[in-house]
Amino acid sequence: MAKYLLLKHYRGAPTPVNDVPMDQWTPEEISAHIQYMNDFAARLEKTGEYVDGQALAPEGAWVRYDGEGRPPVTDGPFAETKDLIAGWMIIDVDSYDRAVELAGELSAAPGAGGKPIHEWLEVRPFLTAHPTITE
Amino acid sequence: MDEALLRSLTPRVLAILVRRGADFAAAEDAVQDALIEALRTWPADPPRDPKGWLVTVAWRKFLDATRADTARRRREDLVDEEPPPGPAPDVDDTLQLYFLCAHPSLTPSSAVALTLRAVGGLTTRQIAHAYLVPEATMAQRISRAKRTVSGVRFDHPGDVAVVLRVLYLVFNEGYSGDIDLAAEAIRLTRQLAAAIDHPEVSGLLALMLLHHARRAARTAPDGSLVPLAEQDRGRWDTASIAEGVQILQTALARDRLGEFQAQAAIAALHADAPTAEETDWVQIVEWYDELARLTDSPVVRLNRAVAVGEADGPRAGLAALAALDESLPRYAAVAAYLHERDGDLTTAARLYAEAAQKAPNLAERDHLTRQAARLNARRRG
Repeated sequence: MAKYLLLKHYRGAPTPVNDVPMDQWTPEEISAHIQYMNDFAARLEKTGEYVDGQALAPEGAWVRYDGEGRPPVTDGPFAETKDLIAGWMIIDVDSYDRAVELAGELSAAPGAGGKPIHEWLEVRPFLTAHPTITE
Repeated sequence: MDEALLRSLTPRVLAILVRRGADFAAAEDAVQDALIEALRTWPADPPRDPKGWLVTVAWRKFLDATRADTARRRREDLVDEEPPPGPAPDVDDTLQLYFLCAHPSLTPSSAVALTLRAVGGLTTRQIAHAYLVPEATMAQRISRAKRTVSGVRFDHPGDVAVVLRVLYLVFNEGYSGDIDLAAEAIRLTRQLAAAIDHPEVSGLLALMLLHHARRAARTAPDGSLVPLAEQDRGRWDTASIAEGVQILQTALARDRLGEFQAQAAIAALHADAPTAEETDWVQIVEWYDELARLTDSPVVRLNRAVAVGEADGPRAGLAALAALDESLPRYAAVAAYLHERDGDLTTAARLYAEAAQKAPNLAERDHLTRQAARLNARRRG
């Protein structure tokens, strides 16, 4: 088994095919979208492939150490940040192919007009623990 | 097995151990161990005297741990100052436990965790699961909390207001899991109300009961939020409402108003309205005025603006809103609602979308996005 992070972006991903802001959908289309996402996660729990999922608020800030005895420096929030993560799902699957297959399904979530968004999702493998047998 | 009974005995058993001379941290560990053993063995072999069983087992666990600890310390050449085991008068020290677990030196999250374990009788695993953190994290939080209060005198009366804030947090910020934190908060507040005569304890209990009564109506089958005005009032729990109202009336009659009584009064006025249209908004505004006087909270004034909008029309609500800071949480959502009522759908839709961006949780975000979508669809005709 290998873990993969499926990253969803507010911004920074290539433009999806069906690119309409959510507040321009109908309420029914929004409900259908949320239902699809919930069903997807529930199905992965049943297949034993779901690990975790979380949505993030769009507003954040950069923070860094500013030296001994000083409070950290914060910068932001930036309205214009190029890459903005919206949330993630972590899956634990048998192969890279399976991770790609699932990301494809997630990206097919319905959007405006009830048609798939074709949203680009970033698929990132986890670095694994060092294996016991290496030769 | 009667897990509720087991949990209700927890604080009394813990208090007995402390009365016998065990220090709080060690006694609490021992009771937790006894609790876990009870969860394991009672289903097959229920004791005739559950409390006696718990005291005996917890005391044995405490002695075992103390002996192990004493031996270790002797090896480390430290002076051993074990308190002599005193008599065990059967007084109910539950109230003292509430004070200790909500001690002002604790952070809110620590106080919540310690209260749920030492007073609520939940296991670390259950608490961790309820708050979606790893069990090891919760165990550390609890043991740090116990170290923090280790020097606090057990017989020293505390501040009820601090305890109420902790219970309010448990009720209001409960997450998911097997443990129903809202119900647990009600149980703990009920137990507190039995231990101390205080109108604000009653106020909080009434507030919880009145809000809990609406729970079934608050979410649609698909998990989306249903606003108060659109809830199916037939699904409200009338028994819970009746109890809440009765407790509130008794508290209010004592004429020592506090914020929880005022909040409960507002909840009671909503509960009292057969339909949303029949809500007595004028009285609700008056209660918000009382509440603003008691707490000086900007959040209260934000809610008051909504009530003013209902009582005196959306323009009046917008005027009340204009006096408040735009950076307040949910300001945009309130503004959107009032503009919609005022007929300005374009502004309302824009504000709903903005409010969705700032929403603190998914359910609210989805709800606000749907509101924006609904208005945009209507504008498109």
